[in-house]
Amino acid sequence: MSFWLRPLFLAAMIVLACLAPLGQGNYIIYILTSWLLFSVAAMGLNLTLGYAGQISLAQASFMAIGAYITALLTLAGWHWLIAMPLSLLACFFIGLLLGYPALRVQGHFLAFVTLAFNTLVFLVLRNEDWLTGGSYGLVGMPRPDFGIFNTAKQLQFYYFALAVTVVAALVMWGIVRSPWGRAFRALRENPMRAESLGVDTRRITLLAFAIGSAYGGLAGALVTPLVQFIEPGSFGLVHSLRILLMVVVGGAGFFFGPFVGAAVVILLPEFLRFTEGYYLLIYSALVIVMLAFAPNGLIGIGARLRARFLPLQARGDLAQGSRLK
Amino acid sequence: MSQFLQIMLSGLATGSIYALVAVGFTLIWQAAETVNFAQGEFVMLPAFFVLIGLNVLGYPLWISLLFGLVLSIVVLGVMFKKLVVEPILPSGGISLIIATIALGTFLKESVKEFYGAEAEPFPPMFPTDPINVFGAVISLQDILNLVISLGVVVLLTLFLNRTRTGRCMQATAQSPEVAEILGVNVKRMILYAFLINAALAALASFLITPVYLAKFSNGETLGLIAFIAAIVGGFNQIRGALAGGLLIGVLDNLTATYVTAEYRAALPLILLIVIILLRPQGLFGTSEGRSV
Repeated sequence: MSFWLRPLFLAAMIVLACLAPLGQGNYIIYILTSWLLFSVAAMGLNLTLGYAGQISLAQASFMAIGAYITALLTLAGWHWLIAMPLSLLACFFIGLLLGYPALRVQGHFLAFVTLAFNTLVFLVLRNEDWLTGGSYGLVGMPRPDFGIFNTAKQLQFYYFALAVTVVAALVMWGIVRSPWGRAFRALRENPMRAESLGVDTRRITLLAFAIGSAYGGLAGALVTPLVQFIEPGSFGLVHSLRILLMVVVGGAGFFFGPFVGAAVVILLPEFLRFTEGYYLLIYSALVIVMLAFAPNGLIGIGARLRARFLPLQARGDLAQGSRLK
Repeated sequence: MSQFLQIMLSGLATGSIYALVAVGFTLIWQAAETVNFAQGEFVMLPAFFVLIGLNVLGYPLWISLLFGLVLSIVVLGVMFKKLVVEPILPSGGISLIIATIALGTFLKESVKEFYGAEAEPFPPMFPTDPINVFGAVISLQDILNLVISLGVVVLLTLFLNRTRTGRCMQATAQSPEVAEILGVNVKRMILYAFLINAALAALASFLITPVYLAKFSNGETLGLIAFIAAIVGGFNQIRGALAGGLLIGVLDNLTATYVTAEYRAALPLILLIVIILLRPQGLFGTSEGRSV
C-alpha cells in the first residue's frame, strides 16, 4: 500500500503543478514560477543545512552569481542551455571555496562568514559597474527559445521552469539516497563518528557546500529569464534569510520541506496582503513561535502526527532493536 | 597629521561604542551559548524608547533616558530571555540563530510600523562643540563617548573579577555544572548576563544615536560589526571585544579616508574571514579546541 502511495502522491503533485497556472492571470503565473525557482534554491540550502548540518547565509549570493553569469552570457548571444551549465559550474567551484571556512569553524562562526560573503558579493555587484551595470543592473535578457518550444510567454515559461525543477528534484533525490547523501547525514549527526567510520568529512563538507551552491546558481539562471531585469538589491542578505526561512519553515532535512517552505514564504505575503505593512511583523513572530513549538518545521509537524496515529510497524525479528532508540 | 589624528580619535570614539555592543554579545554567548543576531536591533530600539518618553509622554531628557534604560532591560533582557531564548535553546544552536534573526526583523518592523520609517533627530547628551587639539578638530561628544564607554568596560571588568556575583557569573560561563555544585545560582547568573547585555546595548544606543539619526534600520550594520569586533578580538575575552571594537572603528575610518569609500563596508568583512581562517580564537582569545 505505502509502496504505491508515494509515487501516486508524487504524480498527483506534478499533475496539480501542471494544472495550477491554467486560466490564471500573468501575475499569478509569475508568483507560481518564483515559487518553483525559490524551491530550487531552498532545495540546495536544504542539502547544506538540513542534510549536512552546515549553516549558510549566502544562498542568495549564489543566485546572484548564477543570475549575472547567465545574464551576461545570454546578452552576449549565447543560448541559455550553454549559459546555465556554466553558471552552475561557477557556483559549484565558488561554493567549494566557501566550504573551506566550514572546515575550521561551525555554527554561528560559519553563519557570520557566509553572511560576510553574501555582503561582499553584493558590494562587488554594486561597485563594479563596468561588468554588472552597478545599481542599475542588467536589463533585456532574452528568454530561451528551443525552436519548437518558445518560452517568451509567461505560461510557457512556467512549464519550462517546472521541467527544470522536476529534473533538479530528481537529481537531488538521487544525491540524498546515494552514499554521499548518507555521508551528509552522518556528518550532521556526529562528525566524529562519521570520520571514524571512514567518511572523508573534509571532502563531504566541501561537497555539501558546492552542490548546495550549484542549486542556488540554477535558481539564479532561472531568475534571469523570468524577470529579465536583475540588480544587486534582489540578492541582498534579506533574500538569503528568506531562503533560510523557507528551509526552516518547511522542515530542514525533509526532502519536500523546501517546496512547502517556499510555498509558505512566497504565497503567504499574497494572503497577508490585507494586513499591509504588518506582514513582516506577523511573519517574524510566527517564525519564533514555530521554532519554539515545532522546531522541525511544517513537515515535522506532519511527521509527528503520523507517528502518533500510524506508529511504524517493526518487523518481528527487529522488534526488540526498534525499541532501543 | 592633524587630519590623521582627527580620524584616529573619531574612529576610537565610534569603536568604543562598537566595543560596548561586542562586550554584551560575548557575555550572553558565554552565559547561555546564545548568539544574538538581533544585537544590532537591540542597539536601535532603546533610542526609540527614549524618543517615546520625550515626544509621546513629554518627560524631560534625563527621565526619558532612565525610562529607556529600564524599558530596555525589561524588554531586551528579561523578555528576550524568557520568551525567545528559553523555549528555543533546547532545539539547538541553529534554531536559535534563526529565531534571533526573526526577532531582529520583528523589532525593526515594529519600530517602522508603530513609530515611523523616517529618521528622527535624537538629542545629544553632551555639547557637540568642536574643540581644537594639536590642530585637529574634534567634537567634545566624541571624546566623552570614548571616555564613558571605556569607563563602563573597565567597571564591568572590575565587577566580573572583583565581586562575588561577578565571579559567580564567570564560574557559570566556564562550567555551569560545576558552578551549580559549588552553590552558584546558575539561573540567576545567566539572567544577570542578559540584563547587563540589555543595559550595554541601551547605553551604546544613547551614545551612538545622536551621531547618526534614530532610524529603524540602524541595527543592520551595527550587529554585524559588533560580532566582527567580538570575533576579531576573541570571543571569550572582554578585553578582546574591547580591542576588536576599537580596531574596527579606527580601520573603518582609515579605509574610508585613505583607501576606498566604495569598499569601506567590505573591510570588516574581509578582516572577519581572514581572522576566522587564520586565528579562529581571535587576536586575544584562548583556544577552546574543537574535536574533528
